Amino acid sequence: MTVAEQAIARRELRAASLRPPLLLISIAGVAIVMVIATLIGPVTLSPTGVVKELIDRLPFVHVDSGLSSRDAAILWQLRVPRVVLGGLVGAMLSVAGAAYQGAFRNPLADPYLLGVAAGAGLGATLAIAYLPHTEGWFIDPVPIAAFAGALLAVALTYVLGRSGIGSRTAATLILAGVAITSFMTALQTYVQQRESDTLQRVYAWILGRLSTAGWGEVKLILPYVVLSSIAILLHRRLLDVLSVGDEEADALGLNAGRVRLLVAVAASLGTAAAVAVSGLIGFVGIIVPHTVRLLFGTSYRLVLPLSIMFGAGFLVLADLLARTVLSPAEIPIGVITAFFGAPFFVLVLRTSRRVT
Amino acid sequence: MTHRRTRHPLLYLFLALALALPLAACGGDEGEPQAGSSPSASTDGFPVTLDAANGKVTLDERPVRIVSLSPTATEMLFAIGAGDQVIAAEENSNYPEEAPDTDLSGFEPNVEAIAAYEPDLVIASNEPGDLEDSITALDIPFLLQPAAATLDDTYTEIEELGSATGHSDEALQVVDSMLRDIAEIRSTLPQFDEPPTYFHELDDTYFTATSKTFIGLVYASLGLSNIADKADKDGTGYPQLSAEYIVKADPDLIFLADTKCCGQSAATVAKRPGWEQITAVKNGGVVELDDDIASRWGPRVVDYLRIVAEAVAGLES
Repeated sequence: MTVAEQAIARRELRAASLRPPLLLISIAGVAIVMVIATLIGPVTLSPTGVVKELIDRLPFVHVDSGLSSRDAAILWQLRVPRVVLGGLVGAMLSVAGAAYQGAFRNPLADPYLLGVAAGAGLGATLAIAYLPHTEGWFIDPVPIAAFAGALLAVALTYVLGRSGIGSRTAATLILAGVAITSFMTALQTYVQQRESDTLQRVYAWILGRLSTAGWGEVKLILPYVVLSSIAILLHRRLLDVLSVGDEEADALGLNAGRVRLLVAVAASLGTAAAVAVSGLIGFVGIIVPHTVRLLFGTSYRLVLPLSIMFGAGFLVLADLLARTVLSPAEIPIGVITAFFGAPFFVLVLRTSRRVT
Repeated sequence: MTHRRTRHPLLYLFLALALALPLAACGGDEGEPQAGSSPSASTDGFPVTLDAANGKVTLDERPVRIVSLSPTATEMLFAIGAGDQVIAAEENSNYPEEAPDTDLSGFEPNVEAIAAYEPDLVIASNEPGDLEDSITALDIPFLLQPAAATLDDTYTEIEELGSATGHSDEALQVVDSMLRDIAEIRSTLPQFDEPPTYFHELDDTYFTATSKTFIGLVYASLGLSNIADKADKDGTGYPQLSAEYIVKADPDLIFLADTKCCGQSAATVAKRPGWEQITAVKNGGVVELDDDIASRWGPRVVDYLRIVAEAVAGLES
C-alpha cells in the first residue's frame, strides 16, 4: 500500500464515523420494532390497553390500562421479556459476528464458525444427560454448562489456530474452528446416542428456545451483553486499523495479536452467554453485519454500533414471525433465521470473493 | 446410574435358562413345561399367518425366542402371559420388572446385535428404513406393530400378539378386562355443562398432542377438551404452543408427560412466569404423569385413564 493509498484509506475511515442522526434513527427504529412486537402475539391484547400498561410502568405515571390480571401477566411475564431477550440476543450475536469478522479479517467469520455453538451444545447436552434432577437446583446448570463449553471450544480453537504453520492469516483460525466444531459435534452426538431418553430435550434446546423466556434469562445475560458490547465497541478504531493489514497495524505501533485476542475473548464471552439462554440461533452474526456494511460502509465505527441496533431489530422481528405465523403454535426461531440466513450467506459468499 | 444399565436381571435370566434347559429335557413327555399349563398353548395351531401392519407374517412354530424392539410390545407380551417367550427386549423396556431389557436400541436397531439372540420372531414398533428386509433376509419372521392411533388399534395389536405367541385366549381376556375397566372408569365421571379443558405437556418447550393423537383420544374419551386443537394448523398432531396462548387458554387441568425426560413437576410449573394465573395451577390441577405410561399404548393405558379420571373427578369438588 502506497503512502497516498494509506492516506485515502485513512480519510475514508475518518469520514465513516457514526453521525448522531443515523444513530438516533436506528435507536428509534429498534424501539418501534420492539413496541410492535409487544403489541402482536398469539393472544390478542387490546393495543390501547398494552400502550396504557407500558405508559403506566414509566416513573411517576399512573394509568389504568383496563387489562385483566391474566392479560397483564401475559404481557409482563411472557411477551415483554421475550421481546427484550430477543433484542439482547440479536444484538449480541450480531456485534460478536462483526467483531469476529474484524478481528480475523474474514467476512465469513461468525460466532458459530469458531466452535462456540458446538461447544455450547456439548456442554448443554452433557448437563442434560448426566445431571438428571436439576429442577430443584438454585440455578439451572444447563446454561452454565453451555457457557463453559462455548468458552472451552473457543480457547481450543484459538490455541489450535495459533499453532498452525506460523501463518498469520486468519484462515488457519477458521479451519481450526471447523475442526473443533466437528470434534465437539461428534462428542455431542455420541452422548445423545448413549442417552437417547434425553434426545428430545437436547433437540429442543438446539433449535433455540426464546419460547420459554422470562425475566430470569434476561437478568442472566444482561451483564455479559453489556460488558462484551462495551469491550468490543472500545476496539472499533483498532479494528479499522487492523482491517488494512497486520504489517500496517504493526507499523502504526499496534499489537495486532493482542487486539485480536481481546476482541475475540469479549465476543466469545457474550456469544456464550447468549447461546446459553437461547440455544443455537444461526446466521444472525453474518446476516446483520453484512447488511450494515452493504448499506452504510465498512468502517467498524459504523458497523459495530449499527450491528447492535440491526441485530436487536432483526431477531425481535424473526421471533415475532416465529410466534405468529402458525399462531398459537410456535416455529423454532432457528428455523426462521436460517431460512432467511442461508440464501443471504450464499450472497455474501459471492460478493466477498472480490474483497478477499 | 440409570436403571437399565444394570446387568443383573439379564445374568439371572441366563442362569435360569441354563438351569431350565436340562430340567426341560428331563420333563420328558410334557414338551413345554412353562407354557404348558395355559390351556391356550395347546389350542392355537401353528403355523399361523397374521395380517399385520407389514403385510402377511407367517409363523411356522410357536415362537420361544422373541426379540421385542418396542417397550409397548414388551408390556403387551407380558400381559398376555407370553413373557417367558421373550428372550430380549430393547433398552427402554422397563415394565414389567422382569422384562429382559438389554442394550438393544429400538430407535437405531442393530441387526447383528438382534441376530445374536437367535430370535424366532422380532417385533418392532418402528421401521427406520430397512429393518424388515434385513431381519427377513435372515429367515426370521418380523412383526411390525406401529404406534396405535386409537384404542381399537391397541386391542388389535394385543390380539395379534396373542395369535403370534399361542396365547389368543389370554389376549382376548386382557382386551375384555381393559374394555370393562375403561367402561367402569367412564361411568364414574362427573357431568359437566362445559367440558373441562386440559393441556398435555410433552416437554418443557410446550410441545403437546392434539385430540387427533392416541393420547388426545384418551382424554376425549373422558370428555375433556384439548386447548391445542386450534393450534395444529399443519395437522401433525404434535404442535408446539406459545406460553402466552397456554396462559390465555387457561386450562382446568395440566398433564405433565415430561416428569422423567425434563424433570418437570407441579412445583416447576408453578414457578414458570405467568403460569400462576392458570386455573390448573391455582387449583392443584397439575397432574404429574409417568412419561412411559403416557407414551405407550399398551395395557397400562387403563392406569393412565384412571389417573386422568381421578383428576377430572377432583375438578368437581
